[in-house]
Amino acid sequence: MIRVSILSKYYGGKQVLGRVEFSVAPGETVALVGPSGIGKSTILRIVAGIDTAFEGNVDRPEEVSIVFQEPTLLPWRSALDNLLLVCAGLDRKTALRALKKVGLAGKEDQFPGQLSLGQQRRLSLARAFAGRPALLILDEPFVSLDPDMADTMMTLTEELIAEARPATLLVTHAEAEAKRLADRVLRLQGAPATLQTESETDV
Amino acid sequence: MPDSRATPFFSIAGLLALWIIAALLTDDPQTLPSPWQLIPLFQRELGSGELLHHLGATLLRVIWAFAIAMLFGVALGLLMGRSERVNRWLDPWLVIFLNLPALVLIVLCYLWIGLTETAAILAVTFNKIPNVATVVREGARALNPDLDAMAKVYRMSWMARMRHVVLPQLAPFIAAAARGGVAVIWKIVLVVEFLGRSSGIGFQIHLYFQLFDVAMVLVYALSFICVMLAVEWALLQPWERRVRRWRTA
Repeated sequence: MIRVSILSKYYGGKQVLGRVEFSVAPGETVALVGPSGIGKSTILRIVAGIDTAFEGNVDRPEEVSIVFQEPTLLPWRSALDNLLLVCAGLDRKTALRALKKVGLAGKEDQFPGQLSLGQQRRLSLARAFAGRPALLILDEPFVSLDPDMADTMMTLTEELIAEARPATLLVTHAEAEAKRLADRVLRLQGAPATLQTESETDV
Repeated sequence: MPDSRATPFFSIAGLLALWIIAALLTDDPQTLPSPWQLIPLFQRELGSGELLHHLGATLLRVIWAFAIAMLFGVALGLLMGRSERVNRWLDPWLVIFLNLPALVLIVLCYLWIGLTETAAILAVTFNKIPNVATVVREGARALNPDLDAMAKVYRMSWMARMRHVVLPQLAPFIAAAARGGVAVIWKIVLVVEFLGRSSGIGFQIHLYFQLFDVAMVLVYALSFICVMLAVEWALLQPWERRVRRWRTA
């Protein structure tokens, strides 16, 4: 169980987050939505452990994976090394299987710069799932894609989540995306931002 | 259109031609001997083992000073580029050391440590560290914060982060520092040898300077220039190509 309990977060002298408390169960996908600039990414960075300067507490497992808006790969290492070097303890066979699952079989020796943008995003997904995460964080992963590619990537993500069943936190400003992928939607509102309601949505 | 790879050879041939013309015009081997007048001298020094002995001594000092200066310079530059606080403290030091004449550091090292090998290598190293740190600091400031965040979330070990995330980003800056570094270091090493060592190219140049023997000064200087060109072509350039491979693939 991932338990997030943020009491406050300041940038400079300005409070950006008020009390924000929620939990994500194993196998559950929770979407965090709200207008841009409200503090979604701040929460995500706190949950991921990137930002530690806040008041509150986050219980998170050891195995955390993240998919950013941009692929955020190591351009100077091959596709396979992007999995092996980043996910500690991963063996070559598992990494190759992870590449195959996202449709990158045979691309293991290519550098990210030799892959198309779509393939780079697939590689970023493969990396996220290769390490068998207990917590998966998705930061607007489909935001800059055209509708067709976004749909393909969402389908792929759904399949991978269904298979690995991590606790998933999806940050997005697109309602449709949240409704499609999430079991539960959390809405962020106000300044400093707090959670508005917890509305249940059917999958 | 002529092969562009041949251009450096024509360029060097041009320099040789200039030298020959100047030697003919001077018409005094005591002041400026022509290139072919150096060949028997070169053969004599090579045959007696003197040339190799002094070349080796200088090269060893260059390697030591280079390795130590790069190690500490990269570490310092990385630290200063990553931490604004550290940078505020150390930046004035850097400015002072950058503007301290090489000669002052060399003389002080000899005075404080004595006319030893350690003093010689330290003097060169202290001269070079600020340059390396300044170049690498720029690289460290340009490190991609998204990759940092990624490495943190995936719990990459410190070693793995350095090797696979940080150093590849710094590679062009380290290469620039190394390139400038070798050129500056070997020149300072000669001064250090000139002032307080009893071996090395700098020492030999000092010796023949006292004898007003221009030809021998040229033999030793040119020999070492050739060695440094070989280092550039055989080591530095291939290494740069290797670390740049992913950009051109």
